[in-house]
Amino acid sequence: MAAASRGAELVMLAIHRKLLRDLAHMKGQVIAICLVIACGIATFVMSLSTLASLRETRAVYYERYRFPHLFVSLKRAPETLRRRLEEITGVRAVELRIVSDVTLDMPGMDEPAVGRLISIPETHRPGLCNLHLRAGRYVEAGRDDEVIVSEAFADAHELKPGDSVTAILNGRLQTLHIVGVALSPEYVFQIRGGEMLPDDRRFGVFWMGETALAAAFDMTGAFNNALLSLMRGAAEEQVIEHVDDLLEPYGSLGAYGRDEHASDRYLSDEIRSLRGMGMIAPAIFLGVASLLLNIVLSRLIGTQREQIAALKAFGYSNRDVGQHYLGFVLVIVVAGSLLGTVGGMWMARRLTQLYAEFYRFPILQYRLDASVVVLGLGIALAAGVVGALISVRRAAKLPPAEAMRPESPKSFRATLLERLGLQQLLSPATRMIFRNLERQPVKTALSILGIAMSVGVLVLGNFMEDSLDYLMDQQFQIAQRQDVSVSLIEPATGSVVHDISHLPGVIRAEPIRGVSTRMHFGHRSRRVGITGLPPDMQLFQLLDANRQRLDVPPEGLLISDKLARILEVQPGQSVTVEVLQEERPVRDIPIAGVIDDFSGLAAYMSIDALNRLMQDGETVSGLYLTADSQHHRELYAELKSSPRVASVTIRSGMLQTFRETMAENLLRMKAWNVFFASVIAIGVVYNSARVSLSERSRDLATLRVIGFSRQEISLILLGELAVLTLVAIPVGLLIGRGLGELVALGLDTELYRIPLVINPDTYGFAAIVTLTASVLAGLIVRRRLDHLDLVAVLKTRE
Amino acid sequence: MPTAVFEARNLTKTYQMGEVEVQALRGVDLDLFEGELTVLLGPSGSGKSTLLNILGGLDIPTSGTVRYCGEVLDTDDDATLTRFRREHVGFVFQFYNLIPSLTARENVALITDIATNPLTPEEALQLVGLGQRLDHFPAQLSGGEQQRVAIARAIAKQPHVLLCDEPTGALDASTGIVVLEVIERINRELGTTTAVITHNAIIGQMADRVVTLSEGHIQKTEANPWRRPAGELSW
Repeated sequence: MAAASRGAELVMLAIHRKLLRDLAHMKGQVIAICLVIACGIATFVMSLSTLASLRETRAVYYERYRFPHLFVSLKRAPETLRRRLEEITGVRAVELRIVSDVTLDMPGMDEPAVGRLISIPETHRPGLCNLHLRAGRYVEAGRDDEVIVSEAFADAHELKPGDSVTAILNGRLQTLHIVGVALSPEYVFQIRGGEMLPDDRRFGVFWMGETALAAAFDMTGAFNNALLSLMRGAAEEQVIEHVDDLLEPYGSLGAYGRDEHASDRYLSDEIRSLRGMGMIAPAIFLGVASLLLNIVLSRLIGTQREQIAALKAFGYSNRDVGQHYLGFVLVIVVAGSLLGTVGGMWMARRLTQLYAEFYRFPILQYRLDASVVVLGLGIALAAGVVGALISVRRAAKLPPAEAMRPESPKSFRATLLERLGLQQLLSPATRMIFRNLERQPVKTALSILGIAMSVGVLVLGNFMEDSLDYLMDQQFQIAQRQDVSVSLIEPATGSVVHDISHLPGVIRAEPIRGVSTRMHFGHRSRRVGITGLPPDMQLFQLLDANRQRLDVPPEGLLISDKLARILEVQPGQSVTVEVLQEERPVRDIPIAGVIDDFSGLAAYMSIDALNRLMQDGETVSGLYLTADSQHHRELYAELKSSPRVASVTIRSGMLQTFRETMAENLLRMKAWNVFFASVIAIGVVYNSARVSLSERSRDLATLRVIGFSRQEISLILLGELAVLTLVAIPVGLLIGRGLGELVALGLDTELYRIPLVINPDTYGFAAIVTLTASVLAGLIVRRRLDHLDLVAVLKTRE
Repeated sequence: MPTAVFEARNLTKTYQMGEVEVQALRGVDLDLFEGELTVLLGPSGSGKSTLLNILGGLDIPTSGTVRYCGEVLDTDDDATLTRFRREHVGFVFQFYNLIPSLTARENVALITDIATNPLTPEEALQLVGLGQRLDHFPAQLSGGEQQRVAIARAIAKQPHVLLCDEPTGALDASTGIVVLEVIERINRELGTTTAVITHNAIIGQMADRVVTLSEGHIQKTEANPWRRPAGELSW
């Protein structure tokens, strides 16, 4: 009978009701911790599901549009080599193409843009790097002026089928009629070798019928670019060796795999940085959540000593009691994780969409693996349990008879400050603050660590901006001082310098020479372009690690620090340089020094020494120019129409693109970071304050009874928080710097390096946001202090 | 000769209180008999709470032996002690130790949820005269009512023994007497072996036997010729 009536009325066990009521009672604290967990799980789910979506999308895109495995550029080879390439073991398919960069004259743009013309068969679709038509149609046979334009360039210039552009093809001005707009897996990132970022306005890809393109460049029956796909399990290294052997006599620059393909490299780096974010951010949030659970739960258990004693006296086992308090963790973690998963899914969907637009994927595969959600929940639970474990064990192990007695008086002692004889400096209230903080060193340390984390997140969020500012300043103000860099279609004699320096407005023209090489040291090697620079170079400066100018030595190489680290070579040692052009000389050249640069792998030497290496007299392949800004327009017009000029890069254009791309991303990131950091700071400060209030309300009420004012007792409580916050800020700045170093290390790739630069105002911003969040949390608790029930507080035994 | 429910022999207990070592019991021999109402009398610090805690399986002696119905209780096997408390003992504390977040009914349900043959919470609260205050939270009840909820909670499992530690210590006299009447009724009607700790000698008059403790020793044991009804006590 008893059981039946119980079943009907009390479906939920009384101990579970206690759990829910206690949670409701501390809802402010519970919500704060839930939010911190939600942020962690949201970033985790977002990063990992975006990561999975991107990978999946890329894989499907590459597969469906047949992105090749190997790429090779050469000077000119007969198409009859196709058979020999196809016969190499491991090669599945071969696509031979003509690729050439040309100068475009775009309406509305003073400066020339660069168009990359790529040949496609007129009668069928390309076997490799197939195009995805977004608008218009494929080129038709027998039409020599039809092109398909890449969507990124088309969007930047509002081009559509039916429009036309003017280009200089092999020295002849020609009008190209756009018949289609397309995407290619080869240009997910439409980036030109040697550039730091895509610039869709100044660089575009055009696909043109191969008959027409061959005719324009006198390449009929020949090719200068080949794509190869490999069979599953083929040995890439061996195929590369065979291809290089075969194509070397035809001016091959060396075959390379996807790992050296610019667009794929950028995509891989982006995916990798997402994975980094998917680890770092959740680790911070869940770490903080764990620490908050520790603080809150240990206090809760402290206040419920007698309840624990009663439960045990009635026969609840240690295990029951432990499970009961673990239940708190469980509810908070699960609630936070659910919230975070929903938020993360929403963010992931938006982010994937954003990526798909940014990368212009023709397909979008959104993936949310249940395993990500389960893993997230698992990690959050683990973090929660780790945080709560000590307290829960204490509750479980608490001997009931001991819990029944009031806690023995806490032993206080004079603080370090007082022991140092500085007690005169401290008022009684201040002494209370410091003694309290010192008496609970673990809790104090955890609170400081928690608040410091929010400072760290803010520093981390903004350091990229500082670093990129610094990088731009170094790159575009100190290192690269030219207004325009010009590359020539064919290496020319020194007289071209004279010719170009007489173009309108040119103040100074300095010659450079670029040579493709493969650099070997020991068993390590890399494809590296060597740039020859004149000894009195002014428009381009090389800097060492201390940002001091390095002069180009008469002999020997200056190489990127990153290259030196990859080859494991040091100044004084010699590398073997295998030139991939002209006579293909192979020489040992000493490393004269290491330069500090931010992108790619570079090597520089004196242009005279380079000319001697190449044994072909004074040769120039490009120029750096400064020009009178009054005459830029005329200069660009001249360059655009010059048949010798292959491409022109404008520094201000690069800068502008860089700023636009970065500013948008950084601003969005900054807003999120402030939000996340505030959640952490408020969560930690609010919880610390509530816990202190609960520990101290009896003392504070006693002080009120004996005549202290509200302000005075507020000072004691809020003073404690102020001390915590003030100590946490410098710690957080250090943590932020450490996290920054970690991120900079993660971004240290062959493509680019991000220097770790943190401006004082970033530190200031982090400190101010955290301080504001702390004050806010303090004020919320302060309101409770005003409503302290003196009589009730004094009546309760503790 | 009635059977002994508890047999304690040469119990000592020493514990650490902050930085001070407290010798709470210094060699105590005590028997509690079936159905008997015993009052343990003594000033604060005489060791009576420690003795009760050891009898109730909340604590273990530093030396000496305790048997409950012939079974050894001075084990530090927590599972055994927990089972003993869960199945056989009802506790009442000076400060009630109610769970503030649970109503009267739910506080009792804490016990009925885990006991094998309990009364319903309603029946238990009816027994202590609180049938009308089932859904009140502790904060909404007077001290006497809270203590009666605590008693209801203790007897809901129909325990073999009821141990009360200063059940009237936090109450005024008239409320205290109401609480004692409830304890008396439980002892009489349910036959529950009962021990009551108090420092108030008058309460000894309602007992079968009064055991006086002082500084960790049993000073004397007196059997009352008759039990004065709790309702007649006054102090």
